[in-house]
Amino acid sequence: LSSLVVLETGPPAPYSVLTAASKVGGPITVLLAGSKASAAAVEVAKVDGVSKVLTASSAEYDHSLPEKLAPLIAENVKGGSYTHVFASASAFGKNVLPRAAALLDVQQISDITAVESEDTFVRPIYAGNVIATVKSKDPIKLITVRTSAFPNPATSGNSAPIEDAVDPAVNSQTAFVSEELTKTERPDLGSAKRVISGGRGLKDKESFDKIIYPLADALGAAVGASRAAVDSGFADNSLQVGQTGKVVAPDLYVAVGISGAIQHLAGMKDSKTIVAINKDADAPIFEIADVGLVADLFDAVPELTGKIKN
Amino acid sequence: MPPRLNIVVPVKRVIDFAIKPRINASKNAIETNGVKFSLNPFCEIAVEEAVRLRESSKDLVESITLVSAGSAKAQDTLRSGLALGADKATLIEIPAIDDSKSLELEPLAVAKLLKAFVKKSNANLVIMGKQAIDDDSNQTGQMLAGLLNWSQATNASKVTVDEASGVVTVSREVDGGTETLSAPLPLVITTDLRLNTPRYTKLQDIMKAKKKKTEKVSPEDLGVDISSRLEILSLSEPPKRTGGGKVDSVDALIGKLKELGAI
Repeated sequence: LSSLVVLETGPPAPYSVLTAASKVGGPITVLLAGSKASAAAVEVAKVDGVSKVLTASSAEYDHSLPEKLAPLIAENVKGGSYTHVFASASAFGKNVLPRAAALLDVQQISDITAVESEDTFVRPIYAGNVIATVKSKDPIKLITVRTSAFPNPATSGNSAPIEDAVDPAVNSQTAFVSEELTKTERPDLGSAKRVISGGRGLKDKESFDKIIYPLADALGAAVGASRAAVDSGFADNSLQVGQTGKVVAPDLYVAVGISGAIQHLAGMKDSKTIVAINKDADAPIFEIADVGLVADLFDAVPELTGKIKN
Repeated sequence: MPPRLNIVVPVKRVIDFAIKPRINASKNAIETNGVKFSLNPFCEIAVEEAVRLRESSKDLVESITLVSAGSAKAQDTLRSGLALGADKATLIEIPAIDDSKSLELEPLAVAKLLKAFVKKSNANLVIMGKQAIDDDSNQTGQMLAGLLNWSQATNASKVTVDEASGVVTVSREVDGGTETLSAPLPLVITTDLRLNTPRYTKLQDIMKAKKKKTEKVSPEDLGVDISSRLEILSLSEPPKRTGGGKVDSVDALIGKLKELGAI
């Protein structure tokens, strides 16, 4: 047994993928690519359980174009003796790993939430309404990991060796043009310990900003939104929590003016403590909330924010 | 002049999105008897986008061909896509393994079938859903692009084609916002929710779709091995979460959160 873990150079670096790989057993080699690979390698070499770090430092790998990265992964897998290849089920892993799987003639296993054994894994299907346990017959397993389902490993005193990866230097006609990333000082939604999410009950963008953000500030929380709120233009798409957005599992999730559609619940139902504030006492969100408050959010949330600040 | 667009749109028949799936008695498959099936929502967006490209400029699109790999019942799914405005459709028919069902194809097998079909039809653009809402794998488009050695643009929220150069520009949804890529043909695009809102099909569109050309091929015709690599050992329902009840004031809410150690 031997795992290759392909990590984005971040931030944030999804180290919990390493925890998933450690459940399989055997040494763990990390592959990093792009001009930030060397700096990222120094950090990941400190993480417990990492045996070796491979870097492909060419700037050709910046922006993680799968046309270049998938052949890089495939070449390093062919040249090594890996039985497992892991990546996060983030925009990065979803885009790149299936292409590498096709090059290696492997049927990938997507978005796992648990490792049962070296060839058997657990993954949600039907938007989390069904949990499947699947066994792979492929000689090499390619796997993407739901990062919120695994804890981060310790980053204590390890110092794994760093070496150059095999670099096939494949050309591509695909060009990166630009990116428009939402800039924020807040914790990252995917890994925050606390999340405050707003839904259609906020009525408009102005109210969303005025009601949700002060509570998030008071609790040091990330801000999320339901798909209804995103579609209505109250919040940016990158804040969407749900089956079609981000899947989060913070210690505290506060749903404000969110009714609790199945597709939203799929994105947050694994949170430790769920709070719902909604004026509709029959909203389905109350069926899963640990603490529910039936109230007009325009009164209740500012009061809550004020009392938490004190 | 760059070639006109010869678009292939792969589509999948899935349990309708509004239906909660039920696990069968032997806990290894989803109950399909008497369940409503529909065109996968992301595939519907893909068909709509192909039709919009045609409507955007008179000479841009040469043809829009639908293809689905599945049981004979997938004919209905192809008809829904034809009613949206595609020209013709091919069913890659997967034979039944018993009275009621066909082999459930895995993404790699589908990508291999699609590769053979795309080559045979001389397509230069594939537009398909980012994932099917049953299996949620999100793999087939990326695998197809890899097998064809074509460019790929996944999770598209905007697609524009420069007619003079044949270069396609795609905005795609990523974790922190949006990213824009450009690539010359040929290209595989996978669709995200915000790309468009599919039109309602009118009765006359459905009638017209019945007259459009459909054909059938088999995996053997395409020379593809579709055997499974994965085995579903079991299916289960996720653990049920039960609510902890309601409080009647903000003060009681704060008290409860302190009690739970959440703040």
